[in-house]
Amino acid sequence: MSAESADLSALRPAARAKADRVSAPGASRARAQRRARWAGLNGFGVIIALVTLFPLFWMVSTAFKPSHEIFSLTPSLLPSHPTLGNFREVVSGQVSGIGSVWLFFRNSLTVTLATVLVASLVSLLASVAVARFRFRLRASFLVMLLIVQMIPAQALIIALFLDFKRLNLLENLFGLVIVYAAQALPVSIWMLRNFVATIPRELEEAAAIDGATSFRIFWRILFPLVAPGLVATSIFAFITAYNEFIVALTFLGQAHSDYTLPIYVTYFFGRGGAQWGPIMAASTMYTIPVIIFFLFVRRRLVGGLTAGAVKG
Amino acid sequence: MAGLQQPHAVLPAGLPGGKPGSGHPGSGHSLDGGPVVRRGRAATFIRRYKLAPYLLLTPALIGIALVLLWPLVQVVIFSFQNYSLMQITGAAPTQWVGLANFTSTFKDAEFWLSLRNTLLLAVVVVPATLIVGTIVGVVLNRLGKKMAVFVSTAALMAWATPPISAAVLFYWLVNPDGGVVDWALSKMPHWLVGSTNWAQYNWTTTGAFQAYVVIAVLVVWQSFPFIAVTVLAGLKTIPAELLEAARVDGASSWRVFRKITYPLLKPIFLVLLLLSVIWDFNVFAQSYIVTGFPGNQNEYNLSTYLYDKAFASLPPSYGLGGAIALIFALILLVITIGYVRTSVRQGALT
Repeated sequence: MSAESADLSALRPAARAKADRVSAPGASRARAQRRARWAGLNGFGVIIALVTLFPLFWMVSTAFKPSHEIFSLTPSLLPSHPTLGNFREVVSGQVSGIGSVWLFFRNSLTVTLATVLVASLVSLLASVAVARFRFRLRASFLVMLLIVQMIPAQALIIALFLDFKRLNLLENLFGLVIVYAAQALPVSIWMLRNFVATIPRELEEAAAIDGATSFRIFWRILFPLVAPGLVATSIFAFITAYNEFIVALTFLGQAHSDYTLPIYVTYFFGRGGAQWGPIMAASTMYTIPVIIFFLFVRRRLVGGLTAGAVKG
Repeated sequence: MAGLQQPHAVLPAGLPGGKPGSGHPGSGHSLDGGPVVRRGRAATFIRRYKLAPYLLLTPALIGIALVLLWPLVQVVIFSFQNYSLMQITGAAPTQWVGLANFTSTFKDAEFWLSLRNTLLLAVVVVPATLIVGTIVGVVLNRLGKKMAVFVSTAALMAWATPPISAAVLFYWLVNPDGGVVDWALSKMPHWLVGSTNWAQYNWTTTGAFQAYVVIAVLVVWQSFPFIAVTVLAGLKTIPAELLEAARVDGASSWRVFRKITYPLLKPIFLVLLLLSVIWDFNVFAQSYIVTGFPGNQNEYNLSTYLYDKAFASLPPSYGLGGAIALIFALILLVITIGYVRTSVRQGALT
């Protein structure tokens, strides 16, 4: 996917070559038309991009505004007296009353990384099973994955809450990791399965003939080749855990010091008091890292998405 | 599952360009297909009984069974019981109550209101997301490289924004005190935006309609990028010459889309449609924030209604919550079956 997608302009030279072959009299009119179409298309593109970016721009802009500018009767696009005051308040933890934003950042990061690790490992094993072996119930297992990935967390939350309460796993990060990793499994297995399937069997067969054990084949041959797929599933598990709301909201209750970022932002928001500057500063600190992460991994993200598309 | 709309197993369903079923040549021929060499006893045992795939699957199966399947079974059981705090502490016995939870749910006007809100949101947002996403995908495919990177980066940023961040942000955008949307609307001419007094207009508590307008825009903003990226990936599989030839022959963009692009991408659109319906039924975080849960009960959707009954009501009724969860899950199951059938027909299981 990534190689082909790189050249988004592939269409244009072809268009030009063909259009140039059009007879001379109509050529200038055709050129004018083409230019108008090009301008229209690009204008439209700019509008899409700006409309899409505006809310995020406003979040960051608000985060840097002092409070009299935030509630000014005529809002200005950019802060006229930019300040770091909102961020300072969020970091000191005074304004939310439950702690510094860094604490919640650390909680989120811990939960997310642990989820990625567990989900990747478990789904790698399972994907090898479904991509490399024919066994009874294989098709049933795959259909089961398709169905369970659709079960909304809302439908399960009551039972999960009561079960984890009984296990004393509420109000701590470990309980969240268990739920998130399991939630990420169905999709991760589906995605990884496609990656494993693209690795030529001959490699493993050759190794087997040379006397390598199954474990050795897995570790020395399959694992390095499937690494790009693991990156794609890690991204998925990362997003699942970093954004998750309903389970964290239900599990963490009043355990403020265990709050993840979304629960912290919700708590802060729910306190009222129109602290929009600090709230937007907190949202910015929650959002910007994941946006940077997305931009950083965009190739893999799209590649992972379309992995199924390019198979065969 | 996650709030953000994500790479669910959408595309394993396959694009029309792909050759379903060609991914796995041969069968029954695998890791354990090599000649017998010296192995440990355990390894021999695993090989003889072909246990390897089951061993590999065990951790995943345990996780899925304990965290996804067993809770589902429990919810079904709760929905036929009077399960609440008293039953948990043992102060009162757990009793089977038959269909009582369901009948009282169906008698509750709030349930029908939340069902209506859920359906209306889906009816508006699903087509809106698909149309906006498709237009952006088609435009991305025709833009020059730099411009395409610019537009897709913008879309990616909206997509990446965590749902809670996005919801709080939109709440602030439409806030009556200092929100930029009310300010902008109040500056616009009346012929364009009607004669409502937009200054300090309250979007979130005036009524369900106003709140859902905000939620709809918010959900479209977050989910169109995924549609756009997927449509773009599909468009890449259509030979550029095909589209160019049609265009040189003078076909309009709309005609090219209707006669060439759409028929070729129909399988993708079907999957995207089903996924969008499922996602838009599941909107929870956005609704929680924008409607100020648990403040305005006429603004509940099925998810927040369920959550209210199970966790915010006093005493919490896990039985009622279970009944609503079951109804909710059944509605989704119907859609999911459609999705699974589509995927299987497109060769997802090969």
